[in-house]
Amino acid sequence: MQKSISLTESIILGCIGLIGFIGLWHGLSVSGLFPSVFLPSPIEVYDRFMVLLDRRFAGATLPAHMLASFERFAYGFILAAVIGIPLGLLMGWYQLLDEIVSPLFDALRFVAPIAWVPFAALWFGTGIGGPIMIIFAGAFPPCVINAYRGAKFVDPRLIEAANMLGTPSHRVIREVLLPSSVPSIISGLRVSAGLGWQSLVGAELIVASAGVGYMMVQGQANIQTHTVMAGMVAIGLVGLALDSALRLVERIIQRRRGLDQ
Amino acid sequence: MPRRVTIGFATIFTVLVLWLMLSTVLAVIPSGRFPSPAETWSALVHVSGRGYGGGDLMMHVYNSLRLVVMGFLFAIFTGVPLGLLMGWSRRAEALINPIFLIIRPIPPLAWIPLAILWLGLGDAAKIMVIWFSAFVPSVINTYAGVRNIDRPMLEAAYMLGMPRLRFVSEVLIPGASPMIFTGLRLSLQASWTTLVAAELVGAFYGIGRVLNVAQQDLYPGMILVGMIAVAILGWGTTRALGVVEARALRWNTAALAAKG
Repeated sequence: MQKSISLTESIILGCIGLIGFIGLWHGLSVSGLFPSVFLPSPIEVYDRFMVLLDRRFAGATLPAHMLASFERFAYGFILAAVIGIPLGLLMGWYQLLDEIVSPLFDALRFVAPIAWVPFAALWFGTGIGGPIMIIFAGAFPPCVINAYRGAKFVDPRLIEAANMLGTPSHRVIREVLLPSSVPSIISGLRVSAGLGWQSLVGAELIVASAGVGYMMVQGQANIQTHTVMAGMVAIGLVGLALDSALRLVERIIQRRRGLDQ
Repeated sequence: MPRRVTIGFATIFTVLVLWLMLSTVLAVIPSGRFPSPAETWSALVHVSGRGYGGGDLMMHVYNSLRLVVMGFLFAIFTGVPLGLLMGWSRRAEALINPIFLIIRPIPPLAWIPLAILWLGLGDAAKIMVIWFSAFVPSVINTYAGVRNIDRPMLEAAYMLGMPRLRFVSEVLIPGASPMIFTGLRLSLQASWTTLVAAELVGAFYGIGRVLNVAQQDLYPGMILVGMIAVAILGWGTTRALGVVEARALRWNTAALAAKG
């Protein structure tokens, strides 16, 4: 049977797991089985991370690269939300629009966002426009799909009640349809932030002249495994912060709705 | 024909006609930016016949498909058992979960430079990153699937003294299988994204290689052919997985119906 374990035991086990993992990594690195150029120890990666904070590599310091990446991400993500959410909502409300857009949307969805890289580079260049388009390609579908779901699953009785009371349609949209769709929209935004962030990394690995992905490619070209790993850590940390921020928004909205009812 | 299908066909048809009109008849879209249907067709003939980017279309498709299938299967055979273990044993969960929590925020694509450093530009590096990208969703969904199994079912199996191996194959796996398949669908999508990215960063063959060479040659027709190939492959493998899922779950619901 599934044995429950105490909190202390689970914390101890968790620490053993983490220490084991990092210890194994460290052990393999210092054992000399693999050249340390290819497998730097956790300490070396940490040191490299600290060095990159204020020394330039591939044209900028790590925070400056991160800022460049984040700027692209913010544009692509906001663009995806601003276009995707209204489109999804309208598709949910107007059947004809749904029937017209869905086949196109479904056909495009199977193109991996990263496969847009060549056209993005051709149309918008490799500076900021191209990567923004890739982020958009990654972040757009979840925005549309979740807004659509949110709009589709509004309790029909609420709409009927509003109609019966003679509410004008713009007020039905603002006060009935929109609030009911919000939870689904927010969870869509979380998914799309994750996918957008991942697409950004991909775009920067392939076409970019700044940003964390670019820094990692330069690290790879110069056989600096510790730089690559420091980049991975930075990407992971920012991704985590992004997800936590959106999760917080999600929770605040849920709590407010709970109080409303 | 249902209304939905009619409108769907009409839309696709309209878009194709618009494409032809704008690119060829009215020539509003410059052919250096987006290819006309004729240019796309000639690119398709080019890559299928003479070959492009180091081989013909079938060779690129075969190699991309082969790498995705290998990485994906490898991820299933490692990820699903680990998920089952973590779902089943609280100790294993407590031990492994923190490691997952620190690795998971790193997007699979960020492993590409590391994979290239370790394994070079060949197949091994691609399989490593595909494995990694498909592994995480397999583990997490399998784990969630085990946690969602009805507790009385587990208790009944336990009470009846079911041998461990039968318990895994007849209770844990079937019980978790709807969630396992959800995980596998996500894994498959992630596999294709990762493969295309890895091939764009550097490869000797594959659809991503075609895209990469076409981008450097400023060859929009070939870019479009590559994108369509990626879409068809992604769609085809998702359908194939859907067929497997339908068969596996039909057996599952039949078994559940027979029991209860």
